[in-house]
Amino acid sequence: MSKNLRINKNNFIDQTTRISFRFNGQKLFGYKGDTLASALLANNIHLVGRSFKYHRPRGIMTCGSEEPNAIVQIGNDPSLTDPNVRATEIELYEGLEASSQNCWPSVNFDIGGINNFLSPLLPAGFYYKTFMWPASFWEKYEYFIRHSAGLGKAPTKSDPDIYDHQYSHCDILVVGGGISGIISAKLSAEKGLDTILIDDKSFLGGSTIYQENECYKINSVNSNKWLANEIESLKNYPNLLIKNRTSLAAFHGYNYLLARENLTDHLSINERKGKVRQRLWKIRAKKVIIASGSIERPLIFSNNDRPGIILSSSIKKYIDYYGVKTGENISLFTNNDSAYETAISLKKSGVKVNVIVDIRKNSNSLIVQEALELGLKVLWESTVVDTQGYKRIKSFEVMKLSDDGNSVIGNKAKHNCDCLGISGGWTPMVHLFTQSGGKLKFRNDDNVFIPDENKTPSDQISVGSCNGEFKLNEIIVNTIENLKSFLSLSNTCYDGIKIICPDEKSKRNIWLLPSDKPVGKTKPFLDFQNDSTAKDVKLALREGFKSIEHVKRYTTTGMGTDQGKLSNMHALGIIADTTGTNMGELGTTTFRPPYTPLTFGAIVGRNVGEFFDHTRKTAIHNWHVKNKAEFENVGQWKRPWYFPKNGENMQQAVQRESKAARDSAGILDASTLGKIDIQGTDASEFLNRVYTNAWSKLEIGKCRYGLMLNEDGMVYDDGVTTRLSENHYIMTTTTGGAANVLSKLEDYLQTEWPELDVYLTTVTDQYSTISICGPNSKKILAKIVPGLDLSDSNFPHMSFKDTKIRNVNCRIMRISFTGEHSYEINIQSNYAEDLWIKCMEAGKEFNLTPYGTETMHLLRAEKGFIITGQDTDGTLTPSDLQMDWIIGKKKFDFIGKRSLYRSDTIREDRKQLVGLLTDDPKEVLEEGAQLVENINTKPVEMLGHVTSSYFSPNLNKSIALAVVKSGKKLKGKKLIVPMENKNINVTITDTVFYDKENKRLNA
Amino acid sequence: MFIINCPYCGERDQTEFSCGGEAHIERPKQPTELSDDQWAEYLFMRKNIKGVQFERWNHAHGCRKWFNMVRDTSNDKIQAVYKMGEKPPVK
Ligand SMILES: [Zn+2]
Repeated sequence: MSKNLRINKNNFIDQTTRISFRFNGQKLFGYKGDTLASALLANNIHLVGRSFKYHRPRGIMTCGSEEPNAIVQIGNDPSLTDPNVRATEIELYEGLEASSQNCWPSVNFDIGGINNFLSPLLPAGFYYKTFMWPASFWEKYEYFIRHSAGLGKAPTKSDPDIYDHQYSHCDILVVGGGISGIISAKLSAEKGLDTILIDDKSFLGGSTIYQENECYKINSVNSNKWLANEIESLKNYPNLLIKNRTSLAAFHGYNYLLARENLTDHLSINERKGKVRQRLWKIRAKKVIIASGSIERPLIFSNNDRPGIILSSSIKKYIDYYGVKTGENISLFTNNDSAYETAISLKKSGVKVNVIVDIRKNSNSLIVQEALELGLKVLWESTVVDTQGYKRIKSFEVMKLSDDGNSVIGNKAKHNCDCLGISGGWTPMVHLFTQSGGKLKFRNDDNVFIPDENKTPSDQISVGSCNGEFKLNEIIVNTIENLKSFLSLSNTCYDGIKIICPDEKSKRNIWLLPSDKPVGKTKPFLDFQNDSTAKDVKLALREGFKSIEHVKRYTTTGMGTDQGKLSNMHALGIIADTTGTNMGELGTTTFRPPYTPLTFGAIVGRNVGEFFDHTRKTAIHNWHVKNKAEFENVGQWKRPWYFPKNGENMQQAVQRESKAARDSAGILDASTLGKIDIQGTDASEFLNRVYTNAWSKLEIGKCRYGLMLNEDGMVYDDGVTTRLSENHYIMTTTTGGAANVLSKLEDYLQTEWPELDVYLTTVTDQYSTISICGPNSKKILAKIVPGLDLSDSNFPHMSFKDTKIRNVNCRIMRISFTGEHSYEINIQSNYAEDLWIKCMEAGKEFNLTPYGTETMHLLRAEKGFIITGQDTDGTLTPSDLQMDWIIGKKKFDFIGKRSLYRSDTIREDRKQLVGLLTDDPKEVLEEGAQLVENINTKPVEMLGHVTSSYFSPNLNKSIALAVVKSGKKLKGKKLIVPMENKNINVTITDTVFYDKENKRLNA
Repeated sequence: MFIINCPYCGERDQTEFSCGGEAHIERPKQPTELSDDQWAEYLFMRKNIKGVQFERWNHAHGCRKWFNMVRDTSNDKIQAVYKMGEKPPVK
């Protein structure tokens, strides 16, 4: 088996640098410049994997990104191993270790291969049909399917490699470094345009660069020599950036493209250290030139999937570029002229070419003539009907085609071979074009979908064979002509170029080649990775699937990692033939990005580890940390949740904090509340329009609670706003709503009421807020601001004072979210921690107790104050919240007013906010728990749910808020909260549990 | 990803903007005079057409200005941007 199939003739492989590697544990050698595939072929290894469904032996079939079979796992390291790598793309490096996928225990003996013999039982849609029944068996089926259908193994440890992102802007991006891409890049660079040329290979020049054939001449030299000179000349342009080993992943709108550059995958492990592995380029190009080329089509005949059956153009590349013979007795099977180039290359390299089977009646182009002159034998108007050989093709059988091509005639002749090259013509790579929004048209002449020039997005052009130009002279002349208008060039360095090339005239295409056996007895593979055959497509059509998208999913044709690059066209062709439809009307399936798979590393780049999302900390944060606060995330903010002492748990800490705040004094860092500074001569009118209540008459120096609705009448946000002067207010919002409220207010100001003279500035971070509440809060404040008259007559509830604390300006509001006598001191943030410490010192004799959000929530619940976002969920009106008192009914308009008397919002059976008391005062309800009246009716009617629930230390019982259908009318009613193990009895009450008369505000 | 030509800042990446839905839906001047149906029409009914659409956009991570945009939703081509209060170029 081990054989050296390398010839010494080529210029592309460095045959002085030998590289050792392992494949499935076997130590092998290749050369620098090889791909894994070329090195394996040089070692006479074709069998590299097993197919997905039938586990048929599969060999290397192509030499590029369209490879369906040679998919390998690279490396064993649990953090570095790379699954699903195409052997045709990965460059050989010292120490490379690769192994076959989808086979067990080994590629040579694979248990799943039994599926091959069961294949009559595994038709299209087999998984859908069989494993759906009985439903309870799915888990068992799944186990087997997962085990036998696994592709590669994902790494199990985190990836240590470095990945990068780079943004780039250019005038022109050229995608593809074949001959049309090279010409495009040169013309663009010559004009002085900032140009980027990317190509996925390690070398430029596409397939022309190794086209050593006298039939192809440009300006009297062989086309490969001419192109090599052109590539050399690109070095003269400093405005041209060339990126090799870079493949375009996605082409988005507005010429935004993603390209992945491979920087180290071709280096030995030692050389990679500290280097960036892959870079994702995010390119904004003013114009894009797509020169993505075309790929050769296979031919569809029975058992066309055996190892050793290779695309004819790939055989040519292996011999001409890598100097590797893919066999020693090769035959070719074709429907076009390009296989003859392969035959000539093989013959000139001393490889035996047995026969060329050609389905056409004849062809007399230059290249065919040259082949005949070299003594090559052609079997015209013939087709391969079957092949033999399990792990490698051994022979194939040929019969004559009937005139109409629908059947075979005459005798069957058997030919021995160890490699069969197949060529079914060419498919333009239009993936990028369609990704960008371009639409395709069908060319009946040679059955290709090509870009429709009338449906091409602006600022892009497709050139060369991806545009359906396959003859060298057409490629060059049309590329130059099209670029003249695209780049506004009057003349070019290529004017007067002379090209000689063969002219293919004879064409014949048969999507599914006939056999002497009925279709049901053959295995003509369409999708090599997913094992779907022409038979499956026909079955899907018989079963009623018509849309190509449906057939694709039902048969899994084109759904592998190769995305059907090879055989999508054949599937379409067979559907068109079977249904008598024109292929152009059938359309194609959608090509979605990425064009070739991307690593997660490339997608995330350096964005690993902690999130970039802001963590917002108040100016007093360090004090909280030092005093052992537990924190809660509120949006981006870190807020003290509770301050446990001496090993307290949350419950214990919150009970202590809550009691202290009502018995003596509590202190809260309220800095996270949103603060919006509102100024302008129309500020009062503006507030009238955005809040439900009236603002014009609010005295300077007074505060007012406001409720803000959405236009649909639902409560959106709330907070206290203070009138600082005639035309100056400061609005507070909820912590979480701050940014959205500002956006909403800006929206109305800019779009609906531009006539209002109002200016909004967010000052949330500029001011910190310290809230001191409790019966002793006044005494503490008196110590901190000795000069300020704190009497109720001078400084009543809902008013504010501008004052100084030790020469620093601050605003003190006498407002309360706890129901206690309470002050909020607003001070420039950089003085806040100092002030907080001063407050703690002043409050020491009063047991001033710092409390967090949990205690704040408990205290306000005792008073029945809502928290928007907790007790509301965007479906409750003020009336639903029993807050009708805050609606300015006399006001002409405010946001949401009209919605408050829509037929739906005035319904009396809406869910409404109520209080709940449990029959057992120790039983604390779960927030979110459902409320029902009758547990025995089926279905049980859900009346509402609990929104807030606490054990109140000040009342020594459990309290809760809830929303309940028609709740306002149900005071005193008994309901049930059904829980997993018990039913809890509750009674609907008022929402205010504590100090119903509000006496404590002025205590 | 679009490039949007903010009428105040110039061309910027789409990630800086947020879309505010259909444009030229003026808030009724006298909502109280509208029937439930008329108010619902203003409140809820928005077009989502394939083709040329008039939209409100906000340069949220830039100048924070609202403006209008004419966009063909079938190919994302932005045909015009114009300031709030300005007349749409064509209807
Ligand atoms: Zn802007």
